Amino acid sequence: MRSIQEKMFLSGNEALARGAWEAGVGFASSYPGTPATEILESLAGYPEIISQWAVNEKVACEVAFGAAVAGKRALFSCKHVGLNVAMDPLMVSAYSGINAGFVLAVADDPGLHSSQNEQDTRQVAPYAKVPLIEPCSPQEAYDFIQTAYRISEDFDTPVLFRLTTRIAHTKETVKVGKRRPLKDRALEKNPQKYVMIPAHAYPRHILLEDKMRKLAGYSETTPLNRVILREHSLGFIVSSAAALYVREMYPQASLLILGMSYPLPLAMIRGFVKKVKKVFVVEELDHFLEEKIRAAGIAVRAKKPSFRVGELRPEHIPLIVKGKDKQEQKLPKRRPVLCPGCPHRAAFVALRALKVFVCGDIGCYTLAALPPLASLHTQLCMGASIPFLEGIQKNHSGKMVAVIGDSTFIHSGITGLISAVYNKARGVVVILDNRTTAMTGNQPNPAIGMTAQGEKTGELDLAALARACGAASVDTVNPYEIKTIETLIQRRLQEPGLSVVICRAPCRLLERLRKPSPRVNAEKCKRCGICVGIDCPALIRDEQKTIIIDSAICTGCGICVQSCPFGALEYDEKAE
Amino acid sequence: MKKRNDTVNILFCGIGGQGVLKAAEICGCAAMYAGYHVKKSEVHGMAQRGGSVESHLRFGDTVFSPLIPFGQVDFLVGFDRKEAEKYTGSLNSGGKDCTPGLELAMREIPSPLFLNTFMLGMLSRFVPIGPEHWQRALNEVFHGKHEPENREIFLKAREVRL
Repeated sequence: MRSIQEKMFLSGNEALARGAWEAGVGFASSYPGTPATEILESLAGYPEIISQWAVNEKVACEVAFGAAVAGKRALFSCKHVGLNVAMDPLMVSAYSGINAGFVLAVADDPGLHSSQNEQDTRQVAPYAKVPLIEPCSPQEAYDFIQTAYRISEDFDTPVLFRLTTRIAHTKETVKVGKRRPLKDRALEKNPQKYVMIPAHAYPRHILLEDKMRKLAGYSETTPLNRVILREHSLGFIVSSAAALYVREMYPQASLLILGMSYPLPLAMIRGFVKKVKKVFVVEELDHFLEEKIRAAGIAVRAKKPSFRVGELRPEHIPLIVKGKDKQEQKLPKRRPVLCPGCPHRAAFVALRALKVFVCGDIGCYTLAALPPLASLHTQLCMGASIPFLEGIQKNHSGKMVAVIGDSTFIHSGITGLISAVYNKARGVVVILDNRTTAMTGNQPNPAIGMTAQGEKTGELDLAALARACGAASVDTVNPYEIKTIETLIQRRLQEPGLSVVICRAPCRLLERLRKPSPRVNAEKCKRCGICVGIDCPALIRDEQKTIIIDSAICTGCGICVQSCPFGALEYDEKAE
Repeated sequence: MKKRNDTVNILFCGIGGQGVLKAAEICGCAAMYAGYHVKKSEVHGMAQRGGSVESHLRFGDTVFSPLIPFGQVDFLVGFDRKEAEKYTGSLNSGGKDCTPGLELAMREIPSPLFLNTFMLGMLSRFVPIGPEHWQRALNEVFHGKHEPENREIFLKAREVRL
């Protein structure tokens, strides 16, 4: 870690981890997801903290909650959609309360840099009845996480700690301190608190409502919420990154910065609005603050609804002040593609040739939805591919294939497979087993036999698991052979029941295998462009339609060689 | 040359895999070693898959926004001409586009691996960070790999008049 005296150059995720470590956190659990992944990766670097990848966010949240009940300060982290998976434990843990501090760090992705939606996690706080902390920078992520543990313990509640991409993935020079070791609290048998049967849950609900009232009082006095009075003509009520954009664009304006944005400090807001003439609420995504402030009968100005979509940027603030709509300034973006040598590519070339309906899932392979591969037709959420196949197949006569990665299959594909087999669905489930969680930066998973902190552990056998789930057949194939995959899926689609085909080879970012590149035989090449249709970045077709192989990035995987019907791509015999 | 108390806004851009994010990291560290408050903002995830990559680097006394407000880029450092063209409108009136140095860089460097070192060398002429801080940041971020080559390439690029 790059540092100078007591200052370190840290991302919001790293700063949060550092702050948690200093606050005496002893346990952390997560499932990888952009932009939250580096929280657990950073925590894993501190030997005092047991840091684990769980199979999914529900399990991660439950394990971390268990650790907090056991008496150690615990952290659960995930991306916004990950919290959907963990909602069940969150909702009930709010009733139970905690023993040692428990914080749920959740990173939203406004602007969908790497996500399937733009849901605003702040909405969860009133629903689950938990306090909400929002830092606006890495320095605040470091500072506020320590306060979050105090709030958790003082009020006996889980705390929701919300980041966005521009906090999680912004690096800043952060002033840091030292770890303060904590005594573990005692684990106690307390069924009235930890067994939420109706007879126990009802009184806990009464307590919970009381807790929220007390937290609303705390919100009025906490230094997390602060007023900076300057100009009396213009002021802003802000939280998260919006606070920084406003300070950048209107340095003379008065500010009410909300570091704790639920429950809201309504008296403080009322006082601020009385002192300042024109007050704007500026927030990214939903009109969360605006709605609550207006519902309390406080008159404020706010953004137009067009700003509820997409990422907020500093240049939007003057538009909001002028009461204008958002002006979309869309820069053309390069389309991301599967890497050269990616073990997923051939399966999609085969599926495209088979012209089947493909239910997709979440991972790098979702990129195959885009042309020219265009061979993935649905994607909903983690693990949805197999239930989606079942739902479509039961109501449609066509041939159905589901495609899911190894980590996603373990996350929530297994239950879908059991259910589909149980309900006699027909079709083929392709598990693209690239031996890692690739899209988020190659984290290990239970099928790898390695933990988050690099220890060896048992290896989950996906083929045996699929058999145990009742799959009609389970085949493991070399994912670099287009014809083998195509023929096998074709055959399995004719058979009754649900078959599983495991395409197994490591992600090329994990094992940078290099074989000699093929070359283009100019005499045989018909310039038809079929090879370019495999969508490999190492194959370029110039303006004369001549094929060029970029040997700097080609891995020699041979998929293009198989794709050419004229044998125009060939290996140099001398090189072999 | 920018004055010490102004906020300096640098936009790095290119394609995933070119070393754009590493360049921004080195520049951010160098600015930190020079005693500035630094903010660097970028997006991970899809970046590795050959998509567009941009990193906003800002340093000064106190930096608020992690994103450079539109039209306030002082230095545009493009690793790909097409990608950089999208951002030329974000340059401020006195802003400098370092992207034209790309052709020279390609001729001078022994391997694309050193593109970021060369681009940083060219940039370093214009920003108020001492060479010792740049060297320290280069070594730190590259973990001392190819140290003599990086030093030589950086110093050579520092002499380039854009």
